[in-house]
Amino acid sequence: MRRLLWPAVVLVLLLALNVFFTPSFFSIQVTEGHLYGSLIDILRFGAPLILVSLGMTLVIATGGIDLSVGSVVAISGALACLQISEDASLFTAVAAALGLCLVLGAWNGFLVATVGIQPIIATLVLMVAGRGLAQLITGGQIITVNSPAYKLIGGGYWLTVPFGIFIVVAVLAITAFLTRRLALGMLIESVGGNAEASRLAGIRARGIVIMVYAFAALCAGVAGLMISSNVSSADGNNAGLWIELDAILAVVIGGTSLSGGRFSLGGTVLGALIIQTLTTTIYSIGVPPETTLLFKALVVTAVCLIQSPSFRAKAFRRRGKVPSAGPAAEEKVQVTA
Amino acid sequence: MTTLTVGRASVPTKYLPVLVTGCLFLAMFVAGGIRYEGFASGQVILNVFIDNAFLLVVAVGMTFVILTGGIDLSVGSVVALSTMISASLMAGPGWPPYLVIPLVLVIGSGLGLVMGYIVHAFDIQPFIVTLAGMFLARGLCYTIGTESIPIEDPTFTAFAQARLDLFADMWISPSVIVAVVVVLAAVYVLHYTRLGRAVYATGGSEQSALLMGLPVARTKITVYTISGFCSALGGVLLSFYMLSGYGLHAVGMELDAIAAVVIGGTLLTGGSGFLLGTVLGVLVLGLIQTIISFEGTLSSWWTKIFIGMLLFAFILLQRLFSARSRR
Repeated sequence: MRRLLWPAVVLVLLLALNVFFTPSFFSIQVTEGHLYGSLIDILRFGAPLILVSLGMTLVIATGGIDLSVGSVVAISGALACLQISEDASLFTAVAAALGLCLVLGAWNGFLVATVGIQPIIATLVLMVAGRGLAQLITGGQIITVNSPAYKLIGGGYWLTVPFGIFIVVAVLAITAFLTRRLALGMLIESVGGNAEASRLAGIRARGIVIMVYAFAALCAGVAGLMISSNVSSADGNNAGLWIELDAILAVVIGGTSLSGGRFSLGGTVLGALIIQTLTTTIYSIGVPPETTLLFKALVVTAVCLIQSPSFRAKAFRRRGKVPSAGPAAEEKVQVTA
Repeated sequence: MTTLTVGRASVPTKYLPVLVTGCLFLAMFVAGGIRYEGFASGQVILNVFIDNAFLLVVAVGMTFVILTGGIDLSVGSVVALSTMISASLMAGPGWPPYLVIPLVLVIGSGLGLVMGYIVHAFDIQPFIVTLAGMFLARGLCYTIGTESIPIEDPTFTAFAQARLDLFADMWISPSVIVAVVVVLAAVYVLHYTRLGRAVYATGGSEQSALLMGLPVARTKITVYTISGFCSALGGVLLSFYMLSGYGLHAVGMELDAIAAVVIGGTLLTGGSGFLLGTVLGVLVLGLIQTIISFEGTLSSWWTKIFIGMLLFAFILLQRLFSARSRR
């Protein structure tokens, strides 16, 4: 639980900042049977990021990284919209899109686990080629669709709550159950800790790695459906652009180390919410939109520094509170000096 | 040293990836020459240099970082920031280029220095630190201005439009000379100085380098500074090329640079690779674009698909060779 402390503090601070500038920030009203309010908006617009980050968490837990999720988001939205615009049923469209995502994810996993390519390069292939593939599917155009049923996925409401929130909660619940109630989470962590050792211990490391990448792509695919459904169109060029970076940030802010072996689903959700709240905050407190990225860079740096053990050791040592903290860092300084 | 024997000639395995990239470049050039009229001329290759001089400089910096086992995602944004700063300083207060360019280089190196320091001192992954640096530099661009700023300084435009005639109607731009000088300097540093040794050693195994008494901390900070400097210089070259400063210049250039380095045979884990490979990698990327423009009917997204497939082919090849040499 201590790992979740800092992300939670940052999120609370951000929300408090919002309330300070717009006192009505927490108010939620029901209009025409739909829930409205800033908090609902954060959840609704943050839903795709949370999904992508959940998949990314498991990939990072195995010591990998998946740069291709942004492209997969674009491909999934493009294929679904193309199918719907060609009068396919909603089910066919969604199934085809998610099926393709699973295949792409398994391809990533195959490259990493079976061929043995570094994850960052293996997924870079699909990141670069996937963008081209998405544009190939849409023919370089923006495909617009007019399907109320498809609109529900990312832009619709069910029981007064945005439907996307249900999807996120469902995926989160399933993931949490599979990884925390069953042994799967432990197996993933052991593969991330030492793939070779876990293989020798009888864990089918390859299968787990492939599965994890497929899961990440599936999550990205669902996120892609949500994004394209929200605007009722598919843009192969810009859909999900840089979402992989936001997702990786969310995972890291949530306290999952990029070196693998440990993961925290709760932390990831917090991290994704922090990033989405940050975006909302920037608009609501009137920071000019030009400086959005600047603001983001500062917050990200601050969060990462706070979480870095050697930064804390140094900051505290300067104040003379914990003189013996961080022996590893001190040793390094001595050797290099 | 492990070698691979081809016929009677044997090539050390470490040169193989570079050799393969070189062969691929030649093959592409010959194929293009057979298929398209007017392709097989020296000027086509020189044009690849002219159009990619900035990418070449950026990729050189990236090679240093990747050789130590790190990665620098901020290069594209730093390039954009450099074009933005030079354009706005020349357009607004009317600073002369000989003041602006050094200032831009200092700013770029400074950003790299800070990122390198954070990577080293606080033990945060380079990926995350440079990602924050990417947001920071891009954000600074937009803070300076959201519009494209044209560059009209007479000295600057004169330099940008200069053509250096070579023999037989071929010409290059001054940017190419700058890029070539950067490459030569980098080759010298990597292979004939202590810093170069330390870069390879750090990438090979940081722990061993530390135990050998090499200045790992200084090396790591230096490579990010070099990368920052190269990005800023790349930005200056890009503003020569574009004659404008814009916050959306060079979006995704970090990926091109990383792709060029990987296609050039440098391992992302660090410690192994050559600058010549990076040069060839940039040339291959440039030649793909040339071929696609010669083809005319191919849409631009095929570029991305081709680059993706090439990346895949190369890593597969490297994987095969490293598996063979281990046996």
